[in-house]
Amino acid sequence: MLESHSLQHIARRQFLGRSSLGIGTAALASLLGGAARGGGQPHFPARARRVIWLTQAGAPSQLELFDYKPHLKERFNEELPDSVRQGQRLTGMTAKQARLPVAPSAYDFRPCGESGIWLSELLPHTARIADRMCLIRSLYTEAINHDPAMTLLQTGHQIAGRPSLGAWLSYGLGTENENLPAYVVMISRPSGPTNAQPLHERMWGAGFLPSRHQGVRFSPGKDPVLFLSNPPGITAERRRAMIDDLVALNRLKEEDYQDPETQARIDQYELAYRMQSAVPELADVSNEPKSVFEHYGPESQKPGTFAANCLLARRLAERGVRFIQLYHRGWDQHTNLPSGIKSQCYDVDQPTAALVEELDQRGLLEDTLVVWGGEFGRTVYSQGTLTATDYGRDHHPRCFAMWMAGAGVRPGTVIGESDDYSYSVVRDPVHIHDLNATVLHLLGIDHTRLTFRHQGRDYRLTDVHGELVTAALA
Amino acid sequence: MLTCRTVSRCLTVCLATAGLVALLPTTVQAEPLGEVSIEFNRDIRPLLASHCLACHGRDAADRQSGARFDVRDAALAPADSGQRPIVPGDPDASELVRRIESRDPAVVMPPPDSGKSLSEEQQQMLRQWVREGAVFEEHWAFIPPVRISPPENQHAAWVRNPIDNFILAKLERAGLSPSPEADRATLFRRLSLDLTGLPPTPGEFDAFERDMSAVVASSADGATSIMEDGVYTDWVNRLLASPHFGERMAVDWLDAARFADTNGYQVDRDREAYAWRDWVIAAFNANMPFDQFTIEQLAGDLLPEATLQQRVATGFHRNHMLNEEGGIIPEEFLAEYCADRVETTATVWMGQTFLCARCHDHKYDPFTQRDFYSLYAFFHNVPEVGVGNYGATIRRNAPPMLQLPAPELEAKVASLERERAELQTLVAQFETAIADGLSDWEGRVRRDLVQWESIRPTLAQLNEQPLLLDAERASVLIPAFDAGETRLVVEAPWTAPRVTALRLEWTPATATEGTESITTSPEASFQLDELKAFALIEGSAAAQPLSLHAAETQHSLSTDETAKAVDGAPKSSVQISRPEGGSAILIIELDALPDVIQSPSLRLELSLKASERSIPWELQIQCSDAANDLLLPKDIHEILAIDTANRREEQIARVAGFRKSKHPELRRLTAQVAALAKQIEATGLEIPTALVMEEMSTPRPTYIFMRGSYDKPGEAVVADTPSALPAMPPQLPRNRLGLAQWLVDPSHPLTARVAVNRLWQSVFGVGLVRTAEDFGTQGEPPSHPELLDWLAAEFVESGWDVKGMLRLMVTSATYRQSSRWTPQLRMLDPENRLLARGPRFRLQAEFLRDQALAASGLLVPQIGGPSVRPYHPPGLYEQVVSGSSANIYVVGTGSDLYRRSLYTYWKRSVPNPAMLVFDAPFREMCAMRRSRTNTPLQALNLMNDPTYVEAARLLAWRMLRDGGQSPAEQMEYGFRLVLVRPPRASEREILSQAYDRNLAEFQGDPEGAAGLLGVGESPIAEADDLAVLAALTTVASTILNLDETVTKE
Repeated sequence: MLESHSLQHIARRQFLGRSSLGIGTAALASLLGGAARGGGQPHFPARARRVIWLTQAGAPSQLELFDYKPHLKERFNEELPDSVRQGQRLTGMTAKQARLPVAPSAYDFRPCGESGIWLSELLPHTARIADRMCLIRSLYTEAINHDPAMTLLQTGHQIAGRPSLGAWLSYGLGTENENLPAYVVMISRPSGPTNAQPLHERMWGAGFLPSRHQGVRFSPGKDPVLFLSNPPGITAERRRAMIDDLVALNRLKEEDYQDPETQARIDQYELAYRMQSAVPELADVSNEPKSVFEHYGPESQKPGTFAANCLLARRLAERGVRFIQLYHRGWDQHTNLPSGIKSQCYDVDQPTAALVEELDQRGLLEDTLVVWGGEFGRTVYSQGTLTATDYGRDHHPRCFAMWMAGAGVRPGTVIGESDDYSYSVVRDPVHIHDLNATVLHLLGIDHTRLTFRHQGRDYRLTDVHGELVTAALA
Repeated sequence: MLTCRTVSRCLTVCLATAGLVALLPTTVQAEPLGEVSIEFNRDIRPLLASHCLACHGRDAADRQSGARFDVRDAALAPADSGQRPIVPGDPDASELVRRIESRDPAVVMPPPDSGKSLSEEQQQMLRQWVREGAVFEEHWAFIPPVRISPPENQHAAWVRNPIDNFILAKLERAGLSPSPEADRATLFRRLSLDLTGLPPTPGEFDAFERDMSAVVASSADGATSIMEDGVYTDWVNRLLASPHFGERMAVDWLDAARFADTNGYQVDRDREAYAWRDWVIAAFNANMPFDQFTIEQLAGDLLPEATLQQRVATGFHRNHMLNEEGGIIPEEFLAEYCADRVETTATVWMGQTFLCARCHDHKYDPFTQRDFYSLYAFFHNVPEVGVGNYGATIRRNAPPMLQLPAPELEAKVASLERERAELQTLVAQFETAIADGLSDWEGRVRRDLVQWESIRPTLAQLNEQPLLLDAERASVLIPAFDAGETRLVVEAPWTAPRVTALRLEWTPATATEGTESITTSPEASFQLDELKAFALIEGSAAAQPLSLHAAETQHSLSTDETAKAVDGAPKSSVQISRPEGGSAILIIELDALPDVIQSPSLRLELSLKASERSIPWELQIQCSDAANDLLLPKDIHEILAIDTANRREEQIARVAGFRKSKHPELRRLTAQVAALAKQIEATGLEIPTALVMEEMSTPRPTYIFMRGSYDKPGEAVVADTPSALPAMPPQLPRNRLGLAQWLVDPSHPLTARVAVNRLWQSVFGVGLVRTAEDFGTQGEPPSHPELLDWLAAEFVESGWDVKGMLRLMVTSATYRQSSRWTPQLRMLDPENRLLARGPRFRLQAEFLRDQALAASGLLVPQIGGPSVRPYHPPGLYEQVVSGSSANIYVVGTGSDLYRRSLYTYWKRSVPNPAMLVFDAPFREMCAMRRSRTNTPLQALNLMNDPTYVEAARLLAWRMLRDGGQSPAEQMEYGFRLVLVRPPRASEREILSQAYDRNLAEFQGDPEGAAGLLGVGESPIAEADDLAVLAALTTVASTILNLDETVTKE
């Protein structure tokens, strides 16, 4: 079509000099205002076409879940040796604590699957997918408090203002389903009485990228997407007719003014109308068989839970949404960790495993990358009271764990190792930037080449850092 | 003196050496428009900057091979290899040329692994530049603006003011002609939206049209243009004088100043910042000169005899985010706030990207890390602690802050304080009386023994289940109960006509039939959340609640502990655990029943809570009629055993305090005084405050932070301006005031340029420098450099007259052009950088909503004041905020729903979603430019947000009421309320068909019509025919969604 060709021409001219992205078409499409048709071209063949990031907000303890330290049992209530801590800074919450007594995990571990990855007894369902996961036990970050740490995990920088990973992908690769946003966010609150850290819209924000790349929050209830439903009295037919009127009037305007924005606006109203049916169709799980709900567990039929969101994540993946981000809050166990983490695992363990298994059964795991983890780890020493069954753990940026599974990830592997106290990484450290570089790589993107010019500088998700974690690649 | 282009062009001398003296822009003749040759700043600098300087630039730490191309001397000197990168006039001898032209991957520059490469054309350009002598120029933005005479034009008749001379000259050079003037309706709407952010009313437009037509009709050809200019300018002045002008201008400034109503980090609590916003609006409305506007915001507190308003102005640099998170390290965030102030100041006033220099010397622009921290030192002396005051009441701002005048509240506090003083006098009288009665009381204590008598429960229930009563022991046996909340009810007849105290004794029960055996687990305990007592009334189902006070005897729990059960707050609770002595005892005083009430028995209701299954307990209840000042805690007993003369001072005080606490009248008075104190505090907190800057008497030392890390201080620095810019004159103070004065010195090369560019952007949609936030080498060069300089000089000479500058812009022929595209323009200048047509852009988020409110008549035009909470989708906060009930968005009522959007409460963690959807920034950091996207979420917002549905409904009602008799007239009226112009025939036809169709639909669906007309808080208008109003509402909604409506055309 002549129309869209000349539009592309204009957009390309606007685009040149703004960005050194080799990818291009999606970024072009973003300037056109429309969704990318067919998505952008990666730098090299992609293993993953989409990502489901199961963000565990509040920082789950690696010591109870992934980093097995059986010998700590013998060191119960011993002081954390200075040789381990090495003067590392502590948060304002434990910096003034008189002692830093070692708290062994109250939970046992066992080897899982053929790969024999050691996982906590708190994760009986996740144990089933051990052979599909690549567990990284050597992550580290610089931030020591939630807000900066979550901002770093999401945007590659502690201070607010940069685009989140999902926004980068929307910008770089566009969407495969033009009736749905490229970047969808779903949030669940903990079922137990635990400390739920707040989240901020910036965590899925577009930063300095055009704001259309911002993550779109899906919420349980009448309007999964904001302002999706027509007001009372406006039926779908009446809305259709109104949009037809609007299009006709805007066409007159376009003939008169010839501004390509007008055509783009017409397209957006058509797209909005299609979203009005596509989104409810997506959110309607009433046709899912009973066995599916059983698989995801009892919470999956309660809208807004992590389990329900996992099921929706699968439906979004099926529909080609590029970046699906779930947040589950409530991992911030400064006190009462043993009971708090147990209820958190109840919330997430079964649905997480079901999601991975279902993706696998449906052939989606081949090109869907699943990532599970939070913003940092937790200290080996107890914050507050320490008994055999009760203790708390403070924030710990120097060593924590996450896992990945699916597209292009080497299954059944463990990367990295921590010291005897899960305090420092002793082998194969992986920084958040390295993780992000690896995620981008799996999506066919060279993290050093996905850039955006802002304030005179070419910014990227990994700033000036990021090394591929090759051991994680299949 | 660097006053001449030809001189400055070939200089690499740092401007700093020239100082600030007498660099007032000087008019020199424009150069003739000659052949296009290589121009360093236009052609070469961007190439070097983006391809070479990262490794061969200013930052010595990253410089490769000793080769440096950012200054000429260095580029001509031999590199480490001994080769000279540039030999002027001899490209073949220049290593730089050899390298960029090489095809050998080991030799070629930039190296292949950098991902960068130079095109053939670019290579040739560099070669030509070297051949022509490798002339370097200072970066354009650092050369003070030079005011050249506006160029001559071929079609001079089009020109209305000097802006047009510059624009037209460039158009003519490009072979383009300007567009015809926009029709009056379009122009007037554009003008009104640009200067007030609101659409004109049809009445205003009619008057404008009348005035303009009158000029044209009455004057001869030659005079028309001048007279018409006068009339048009009068209308511009009228709009500039509107109080809404300040609101419109404030919106952009709020972005630049990262203004918000919350602290931004973690739990993101509220701050009180509106006084600063009010100051901004007032400053724009008063046309405060931009130099003063700058000085007051950066350093109003340092002005001699600073006024309250000048201090409020300094809130500019307190608008940054503030971290209150529990575990943060204060120094880390103090460093963030100061760095934010440096970056914001550099961006807003100088268009420079200083953030790069926080960790290392700037790669592209001539700023060092030392420059960054020298600027930082200006902002480092604020008496702030680096964290928010997490423990403080929610409405409290973090210091330093300023209390604002609030006469009514101040009067209220004063009156409460008087009341308190009176009560305190009474209290003192009672206290004297009590002190005098000491020996009498001691006599009573010795004489009157306290008697406790068991009462025999007649009824006991645990969670509505009857319990066993042990008649022999007069006790209630409570079997083991489950974890969770448990309710215990006991009734028993009074033992005496006048009971003054109760004694509850809890003992772990021995195993009885049907109960479990006693566990000895130390954890076996439960909480008594709340205890309530009632007097049952003879022959009545009602019970009289009794007022209870905690008390204490020798072996009981302490008064403070017991108080937790009778304070009316279930949140505080008494832990009942297996005590060492065998039982836990609570003593509770009762206020006497009025004599008129006849009560046969007592009823106790207890709320218990166990974290795990409890053990069985036995509860015995006893009563006493002793006077309350005879119930003595253990320590009082011990003191009384000491001879009066031998008691220590604190023992005497303790006894006196105890007796006072038992005096009923004094108790009442003390409670009143405490309540007043609370009220005084709460009222005091209602007095609004403003966040302000202050200066500590002793400056904090400032160090260069290695790699930007707050915990790695390096060399110490003192406050100073960047060395690449004109030096700070010695007479200026080395503080924020001096910095502000330096910024607005007429010879500063950046301030005026950046300011006029931002004003240009707010009117024309895109700045002359498109990168309004970056005038550095990586930013885009100006599309019309001479015009930018001319405007900057004009701005300074006019006394930094903001309204004057805007007037100049909007009265130009350039501004008055139609914004229609043509096929030719679409091909030659799709971005309209040459301005051969007028600006056409989607309205900013705030003005979209304001327009709908204004057109529908809903707008409440009140200027200023605290933020308000208009409609907001439910549930957005609940998913993400901390806690459950706090931090929830509560939609306002009445006028709060219809104020202009710049007053909408701005929560940084969950900004208003409709604003975000239309590209408002998060307000976390300084933003000088918004993206302008076009998305389906915007369409959904405009169609379905109750804000717009209600506006459509009210617009429909206006159409029906004021628009005329026929639907066609009514729709035309509605169309004009929004778009000013009447609809064309083709548009009328579509609207009229839409109306007919909807009318038919709603006539058959009265429920649907009522539903649509029920959206929004504004009461449903009286209408004969709901179907008519619903049909008009749909048409109104269509009008509010039009491309033209959402666009400034």
